[in-house]
Amino acid sequence: MTNPVQALNSARVRGWLYQALFLACTLAVAWYLVSNTLTNLATRGVATGFGFLQREAGFEIGESLLPYSASDTYLTALVVGLLNTLAVSAAGVVLATVLGVLIGIGRLSSNWMVNRFATLYVETVRNVPLLLQLVVWYTILNRLPSPREALEVLPGIFLSNRGMKFPVLVEHAGHGWILLALLAGIAAAIAAVRYGRRHREATGKPFPTLPAVIAALLLPPAAAFITTGAPLAFDVPVLAGFNFEGGGAVTPEFTALLIGLSVYTAGFIAEIVRSGILAVPHGQTEAGLALGLSPGKILRLVILPQALRVIVPPLTSQYLNLTKNSSLAVAIGYPDLVSVSNTSANQTGQVVEAVAMMMVVYLIISLAISGFMNWYNRRVALVTR
Amino acid sequence: MKSHLSALAIAATLSVSALVLSGTAQAGATFDGVKQKGYVQCGVNLGLYGFSAPDDKGKWSGLDVDMCRAVAAAMFGDAEKVKYTPLSAQQRLPALQSGEIDLLARNTTRTLTRDTANGLNFAPTNYYDGQGFMVSAKLGLKSAKQLNGATVCVLPGTTTEQNVSDYFRANKMTFKPVVIEKNEELNKAFFAGRCDALTSDASQLAAIRAAEVQNPNDYVILPELISKEPLSPAVRQGDEEWMNLVTWAFYTMVQAEEKGLTSETVDAAMTSPDPDVKRLLGVTAGNGKALGVEENWAYAIIKQVGNYAQSYERNVGAGSKLKMPRGQNALYTEGGLMYAPPMK
Repeated sequence: MTNPVQALNSARVRGWLYQALFLACTLAVAWYLVSNTLTNLATRGVATGFGFLQREAGFEIGESLLPYSASDTYLTALVVGLLNTLAVSAAGVVLATVLGVLIGIGRLSSNWMVNRFATLYVETVRNVPLLLQLVVWYTILNRLPSPREALEVLPGIFLSNRGMKFPVLVEHAGHGWILLALLAGIAAAIAAVRYGRRHREATGKPFPTLPAVIAALLLPPAAAFITTGAPLAFDVPVLAGFNFEGGGAVTPEFTALLIGLSVYTAGFIAEIVRSGILAVPHGQTEAGLALGLSPGKILRLVILPQALRVIVPPLTSQYLNLTKNSSLAVAIGYPDLVSVSNTSANQTGQVVEAVAMMMVVYLIISLAISGFMNWYNRRVALVTR
Repeated sequence: MKSHLSALAIAATLSVSALVLSGTAQAGATFDGVKQKGYVQCGVNLGLYGFSAPDDKGKWSGLDVDMCRAVAAAMFGDAEKVKYTPLSAQQRLPALQSGEIDLLARNTTRTLTRDTANGLNFAPTNYYDGQGFMVSAKLGLKSAKQLNGATVCVLPGTTTEQNVSDYFRANKMTFKPVVIEKNEELNKAFFAGRCDALTSDASQLAAIRAAEVQNPNDYVILPELISKEPLSPAVRQGDEEWMNLVTWAFYTMVQAEEKGLTSETVDAAMTSPDPDVKRLLGVTAGNGKALGVEENWAYAIIKQVGNYAQSYERNVGAGSKLKMPRGQNALYTEGGLMYAPPMK
């Protein structure tokens, strides 16, 4: 049994004591900040709380993935904004990755033209502020002709300063079956890939994976299409009044934001891809050649698995950046989460709540992306045996 | 052990003193604060021609700027003792609530929510406005009722978005909003043809047209005004002295117009036998003491800023590019809404 003074001399006890003290101070500061804000808001007569979420929003939103009107609640309006943010971020991540990988490989190309073009792209895009790029893209899209003089780029597809209008398939019960058949086909394709790998590993003989996958993806939907006899009727946009009616639409705001975010982030991704590939020693390629592998297989089986380990962590930050940069949408009028929150905050005067909600939502999105990418990183990481 | 205890004691003392120091605004705190620092920190628009805009030398002018100048003249006898904080629509309420500015003169509509839940107090309306629509003359529209299905460019952070939604809902029409945060970008999108109509307060539409368009006849402002927009200066709640000064600084300009006093004639009027004029100009003392400022406070306003008519014509009326008729902003004696209570 040690006495208290001796206990204080133990490094472990002192460590605990300091940590407890630090925690107490942090909590005290946090409590002070929150209570001070609340008191000050109360004394100035500013309403607080999240009750406003259930009130009628009373403002329209330019584009929405959900049915929305001004008579819906603020909560619905914020969800519409959130979905718009997610939509442009998801599309941006895919587009930026494809573009970034192409440009990154282009920078390593031995073709002088391709190489110089990729370098020029990266240097230009990375060194011009994103906000400026967004405004430039938006201005270009606004310079398109008015709806009455719209360009018909393909039959039924119209380009104007109101965006791109295109025909959409008229819904029919048969489409559900086709979709179901497609899902079954995807499952079959995955099974074929797995079987092919096992077959190769067991017998050492190649299996015709690619033809099997194509057949699995195409045949079931085609069969469903023929048996249900689903019609291929299209809702084509027609000029009526101020604008086109019918069909689907992509607004200039969405397009400008998507292009701007993708083009900008692709510049960074290109450099990440290049560095990842260069990080794999040339000896690996030579070893692959010595084993008699084709260049495509060397890239797929030797280089990429090693390069991905270098690529994935910085790629995660680029995805996070792209998602957070999508909040620049307010500058060009895309109704993302920030834009809708700003309007809500202004109509209700509850700025603290609106900003707090935005912070929490962006935090959750970012943590989700980084959680997924960490999982993927662990999968591709070098396994030491 | 002892040193730990004393560290805790210091931390506790610090947090208690921080609590005491951060005590919120007492009555008169803004008034005394302004007096002490020697200038009025005035929140204005980022740049709205006729209301508050800096010229090429960085000197601010406009109807709202004149409000700031009038308050400074009343407080210090010098209309130049103003520092301007340009604010976006979103920034303006927090800036006033947090105490960053003393006075908000930024074409702000007086509403019940702002007067109560947002903790503001409004001085008398210095410009009666209403929300309207501007469209290209090429469309040949005669009325806002013809806007069904239109795309409408809207500036966020105002009552504007709600008004336009209400108007279309009430008339069973639909529209698509394009909401852009910055005036310049929004105007650029509208003039590039992204929207069929631009909606804002009629005065702003006139200001935008004057600033951006070569031939003003290419764009028309439709006759319907879909909202009441009493643009009023605002202060924080909790300082009646300051509220009084702002209120009566504005009334002084209206009263001066009614009495025919301008910045040119005010010196000669010091000898006027009219008891109202004598009280207004502080020849008969009393008003200044009641407000807690010098007796020549109203004289300073009229001499340095001018009366309401002078300010109006110079900034938004015939003497400006906006050419807005007086309309509701005329004196009550001329069919308008401008009316100053007795200043005695």
